[in-house]
Amino acid sequence: MKELAADVGGLVVIGLIVWWFWLSKPKTLHAGEGTPIDIVVADGVYTPARIEVPAGRPVTLRFLRKDPSPCAEKVVFEAFDNMTRDLPLDRPLDVTIVPDRPGEYAFTCQMKMYRGTLVVKNP
Amino acid sequence: MGEMATPLRLSIGGMSCAGCVATVENALRAVPGVADATVNFAEHTASVTGRAPAEALIAAVKEAGYEAAELRGAEDEAQKEAAEMDHYRRLLRKAVVAAVVGVPLMVAGPLGWLPALSTTGGRVFWLAVGAATLFVLVYSGGHFFKGAWKAFWNHSANMDTLVALGTGAAWTYSVAVAAFPHLVPVLAQHAYFEAAAVIIALINLGSALEMRARGKTSEAIKRLIGLQPKTARVVRDGQEIDIPIGEVGLQETLRVRPGEKVAVDGVVIDGHSTIDESMLTGEPLPVPKKTGDEVVGGTLNKSGTFLFQATRIGEDTALAHIIEMVRQAQNSKPAIGRLADRISSYFVPGVLIVAVVTFLVWFSLGPNPVLGYALVATMTVLIIACPCALGLATPISIMVGVGKAAEYGILIRKGDALQQAGHLTTVVLDKTGTVTAGRPAVTSVVAAPGWNETRLLQLAASIEAGSEHPLAEAIIEAAAQRSIALQELTGFEAIPGKGVRAQLAGGMRQVQAAAGLPKALVPAAAATGQLLLGNEALMRSHGIDPGSLAGEAAAMAARAETPIYLALDGATVGIVSVSDPVKPDSRDAIARLHAAGMRVVMLTGDNRVTAEAVAGQVGIDEVRAEVLPADKAKQVEALQARGEIVGMVGDGINDAPALARADVGFAIGTGTDVAIESADITLIRGSLHGVADAVAISKATVRNIKQNLFGSFVYNFLGIPIAAGALFPLVHLLLNPIIAGGAMAMSSFTVVSNANRLRWFTSGEKRP
Repeated sequence: MKELAADVGGLVVIGLIVWWFWLSKPKTLHAGEGTPIDIVVADGVYTPARIEVPAGRPVTLRFLRKDPSPCAEKVVFEAFDNMTRDLPLDRPLDVTIVPDRPGEYAFTCQMKMYRGTLVVKNP
Repeated sequence: MGEMATPLRLSIGGMSCAGCVATVENALRAVPGVADATVNFAEHTASVTGRAPAEALIAAVKEAGYEAAELRGAEDEAQKEAAEMDHYRRLLRKAVVAAVVGVPLMVAGPLGWLPALSTTGGRVFWLAVGAATLFVLVYSGGHFFKGAWKAFWNHSANMDTLVALGTGAAWTYSVAVAAFPHLVPVLAQHAYFEAAAVIIALINLGSALEMRARGKTSEAIKRLIGLQPKTARVVRDGQEIDIPIGEVGLQETLRVRPGEKVAVDGVVIDGHSTIDESMLTGEPLPVPKKTGDEVVGGTLNKSGTFLFQATRIGEDTALAHIIEMVRQAQNSKPAIGRLADRISSYFVPGVLIVAVVTFLVWFSLGPNPVLGYALVATMTVLIIACPCALGLATPISIMVGVGKAAEYGILIRKGDALQQAGHLTTVVLDKTGTVTAGRPAVTSVVAAPGWNETRLLQLAASIEAGSEHPLAEAIIEAAAQRSIALQELTGFEAIPGKGVRAQLAGGMRQVQAAAGLPKALVPAAAATGQLLLGNEALMRSHGIDPGSLAGEAAAMAARAETPIYLALDGATVGIVSVSDPVKPDSRDAIARLHAAGMRVVMLTGDNRVTAEAVAGQVGIDEVRAEVLPADKAKQVEALQARGEIVGMVGDGINDAPALARADVGFAIGTGTDVAIESADITLIRGSLHGVADAVAISKATVRNIKQNLFGSFVYNFLGIPIAAGALFPLVHLLLNPIIAGGAMAMSSFTVVSNANRLRWFTSGEKRP
């Protein structure tokens, strides 16, 4: 009986892991036009980590890295020709890109532990 | 650390009086996000705190009518290093605090020195230990918990998640057991505080070690940045003054004394010296410089004093371009690493699921005490998994490999080129300027009976006057050396791959004068004054028989010289022989390519006999002679059609299509002209050893990446099942979570250290 309860509980936990980490999405920030989007790089996450931007218009992401560990040092935009920028510590760095096609594009640290998503939609 | 603790520094140009200070400061303070801005008039710098990016600040200063640039380079690196050192010390401190609590428990436990949980005294002791471990989790492991929490609300999971869950579960279970031992069976009454503390200690120690090892991976960039001098001595109004490097203007005159570095790129206008360029080009011998020669910023003046005029400054210098290229290449990723990238996005949630399954299996099927075993196995799974090692495996090796290449004057543009260069089966070399020095000189002039050498050279040089072909330059140079005045010709026409046609102005009289012959020797009917200068193919295509000169030409070709015929009105009148000596190290470098298992093919527009003579001197396997410039890419394609993986080595301009067609294009640079965009790999130093070095470094780097990937895959995909207890049914082995913590802590460090081995790469070149 105990085992059955544990198994059911375990399956529920697995379901929650799948749903929370793979199926559901974090809160999306809808970027206003023209103003840079501030992204704080600290404690293993980009904040905000999911940003919606219109297609075909330049978007500026302003990264402020507060995590001194080397993991946070680089931000990589793989879908944009692997564009990589070194983030200075405690100093903002602007990264401007023009996402021309709708879709979801990840930006990550080198080790893929820091993860963010650029959601590009038709305006 | 507070927000924006490090001020951003700008160099400000154009400030003439103290009044400007207030204008610039006000302009900077008006930029949104600026907390404060102060201008130092003496240093011509500004220091800005706040959240505004450099671009916005520079724009504001420019709008106010001044110049501004961000001060970077060595200073920036120094700041970064200080911050890293600070972080390193903090990690070590955290590790020591955690070890002070964890290690005595770990030692005393197995020795039976610790009280049992079944007594009241024992419970009090263990609850006190629990409080101490809580302090460890907060002080030494707080960042894992904070990171895990933040990641969770971002719907993501990372290494922090695994560490926080593993140690958090151990602590919670242990506190529950210490407070309410009757709730768990006697056999399961065991606290795991020491595991939580020691794991936190080990992971902090591992991060600290990894950080130090990582610092070494960027040594190449640091070295390049360090080459940039901070000041320059300019000559203004007849006076020599030292100014910050950022203030040197274009066309300014600079003085360099012995032992000093050249500040920016320029051209020598007075004096001469020898310059050590090894730091940029890898060229071991100092290079002599005289008036008119180019000098490159960052190189070291050895013996003389000279003046030079600045031609490229700031971000435009060769050194700045090299640094930028290396930076970009270090961040690129070859195809080999992409699998690891795909896996890493599913990795941590995957490990969480494995951990849950592990718990369930032990809980349902495990021996007694099931709860104890289930907890230990689950904790070990969470702790042993190391996504970082997997993610780090490729980029860290690329970082070191590309940096090492830069030390040898090899600039690799993309990670894919690095991967391909190690697989080349054939290397195609352009002859002129690649195998040979590219500075041809006239070695002999043979005139037909009745003609003299001076006249011959005069006509040949006059025909070539408009051409920029290296052979043409040699002939013009030879005429100039003998002070021969050129003659005016008309009707120039270049015949690609063959030569040039031109017309003597003035008809018959000119022909006689040109030949320096009495009227009787030139048949009047034939005397139209048509001149042809070029190879044997050109003569034959005009129906001209080289006659008795053919033997001379063959002898020249056999000596690796290029015979160039001159014909007047359908008859050969002489040969000018031009020779381009092979580079002294071409032979050794080609031997190294052979030793690495590659065939070496030479392409040239030159005649077959000359080409074969050159090939014989340096040990080339196959010669493709008389190839028209436009056909070089086709030759590369033909080799590829045979299944060869082809590396093409040539100059970046004329050979651009062939370089682009090859699997890997190597542009062989002259000096430090690195504006060579068509090639995958640029060899700053003109030696073919660069090709052999590039191939060797590529092979070493790809091997290193494979070791790292293999190591981290095997580590994770064997380690996790073992941690889950896969060996338990067979040999009754269940991994101790502390060992898992140690293994995890060392895995990233091992990957970084393995990549660092690439720093010890040495060229196979025999150096004097």
